[in-house]
Amino acid sequence: MRRVRTICLGVSLALVASTALGQTGQRTFSSGYRFVEMSGEELYNNVCRACHMIDAKGASGAGSYPSLAADPNLEAAGYPITMVVRGRRGMPPFADMMNDDQIAAVVNYLRTHFGNNYTDMVTAQDVRDVRR
Amino acid sequence: MQDEAAALRRRDLLSLIGVMAGSAAMYHAMTSLGFASESRYKGPIKLEGDPKGASVLILGAGLAGMTAALELRQAGYQVQVLEFNNRPGGRNWTLRGGDTFVELGGASQTCEFESGLYINPGPWRIPYHHRALLDYCRRLNVALEPFIQLNHNAYLHASRAFGGAPQRIRTVMADFRGQVSELLAKATKQGKLDEAVTREDQEILLQALRSWGALDRNYNYNANLYSSEYRGYKTAPGGGLSAMPVPSEPVALSDILQSRLWAYLRNFANYNFQTTMFQPVGGMDMIGKAFAKELGDIIRCNTKVTKIQQSDRGVTVTYVDTGKPAFVQTATADWCVCTIPLSILSELPVDVSAATKAAIDAVPYAGSVKIGLQFKRRFWEEDDAIFGGISYTDLPIRQVAYPNTGFNRSGRGVLLGAYLFDGANAYEFTAMQPEERVARAVEFGAALHPQYKDEFENGIAVAWHRVPFTLGCSGDWSEDARKQHYANLCQIHGRIVLAGEHASELPAWQEGAILSSLDAITRLHERVMKT
Repeated sequence: MRRVRTICLGVSLALVASTALGQTGQRTFSSGYRFVEMSGEELYNNVCRACHMIDAKGASGAGSYPSLAADPNLEAAGYPITMVVRGRRGMPPFADMMNDDQIAAVVNYLRTHFGNNYTDMVTAQDVRDVRR
Repeated sequence: MQDEAAALRRRDLLSLIGVMAGSAAMYHAMTSLGFASESRYKGPIKLEGDPKGASVLILGAGLAGMTAALELRQAGYQVQVLEFNNRPGGRNWTLRGGDTFVELGGASQTCEFESGLYINPGPWRIPYHHRALLDYCRRLNVALEPFIQLNHNAYLHASRAFGGAPQRIRTVMADFRGQVSELLAKATKQGKLDEAVTREDQEILLQALRSWGALDRNYNYNANLYSSEYRGYKTAPGGGLSAMPVPSEPVALSDILQSRLWAYLRNFANYNFQTTMFQPVGGMDMIGKAFAKELGDIIRCNTKVTKIQQSDRGVTVTYVDTGKPAFVQTATADWCVCTIPLSILSELPVDVSAATKAAIDAVPYAGSVKIGLQFKRRFWEEDDAIFGGISYTDLPIRQVAYPNTGFNRSGRGVLLGAYLFDGANAYEFTAMQPEERVARAVEFGAALHPQYKDEFENGIAVAWHRVPFTLGCSGDWSEDARKQHYANLCQIHGRIVLAGEHASELPAWQEGAILSSLDAITRLHERVMKT
């Protein structure tokens, strides 16, 4: 366990998606530090799900990951955008790993799935405003 | 670069001190003048004075917590340790056949490795300059063996270069060095370095480049028996009538540059990865087990801390037994050393100032994934002559690491089939269920070792964001956050002091956990002596 982030960066900065298709089915893998997934669904499944789980209900051990299912905190769109851009406590910030379109896509996906029904779509401009 | 004259003056002074006062004085002088400062460890800690029965509650039985427990008990404190897991050690952890690991989300894996085979899901290597950790290993009789960071015969692999064929580290190193040396020799001979290098030094530089880069007498790097002594032969020297070696053909500079394989060479140059590195014989958790054996029953396992309160008289920690979460209990002490990872501590109610709370909240936790794979035979040794070390690849598995022990035996073996630290792939692998992580590691790894397909037996995958006792691999401080919050985090907060790799400048290293703990208890002890 140690930091080797810059090593990956040096090897391939290009935003090239590689997809693996084997016995295990198709899945997108990023080649560098940044994510190549573009749709909200794929970003949730390949990134957010790591901690918030397949049903977005989070998990609990010595500490816990909050549930995002039927989550009233998602009503004000600025809140999830800020969380993804800046992170919070143990949650890493994704400002450097996703662009504005990706963050908008994953926030829109989250706000319209898992028992959330907030239909006012956020835009890349909304994300830019939070980054400032 | 230091001024040469000043350096000479300093060396003269040192040799004078050496003659006048003996080598011990010389060593101390060197340290104070900035040499020999490879470690902040000052030898076994001395906590002098009688704490008069003062009690300390230690939260977490990882290396930071157990170091504090060992030394404070030795200094006369009453010590109790609360630990979330059903075992001491924390991230100092080894998985062997029969071990079961349940990750966040509920997926359960039982390791099916053959007896004697293991992976270290957390820390796995110890630099020679991690003097505190090495000293505890010596004092606790933990046997060490070499960890091989650089194996010249392991692979560097770029999926879009050399037709996807992995290249031996030896040939990439020799060819990159040789081609760069040839280029520099050319520039020297063409007079392009006349302004930067004196005539006399140019002569020496050319000799050095020839020696270092394996250049021929015309300062060219090409296929001959001299360069083959560095990069290896097409046909190796033998005995008897067919003994003649045949030189191998170097790779062109452009091909090395375009392949980007040079990017991995820093993994062998970086101070943290320089030889000699170590691993404990039998698994990294031999260290945690040795600490725990020393501490005995003062560690209470299966204990989940839910609240940390303090007053001017003492500290009260609320906890539940992980098996009986409804039954709330408390423990009290005069002081508290808290080594709970910030990813978890930030979610707990803790009696500290707003500034301290802000520091606890300021550190995101990095993702990391390690996947162990068992194979029917040690084909990497039998077929590929790779004995220990690490191959690097641009595939999402990033690394394949070979066991640094049990060499040249027949029978089964376990590889580290993926090691991801931070970056997009760590999340992508964490987001999968464990069995898919293992299956993907086998698919990708077959690009380096086609034997995977026939020889694979079973595997186990640990994704650190799903590890219940840390919720991440290690504290991932940003420079800004460190500037703003680090000093505050490390202060004594009333009767509580924090320790762990997150309270060190060696994040994610066991040495950081121990140095942080020693620093914290030194200051805590001073405080106790004053009260």
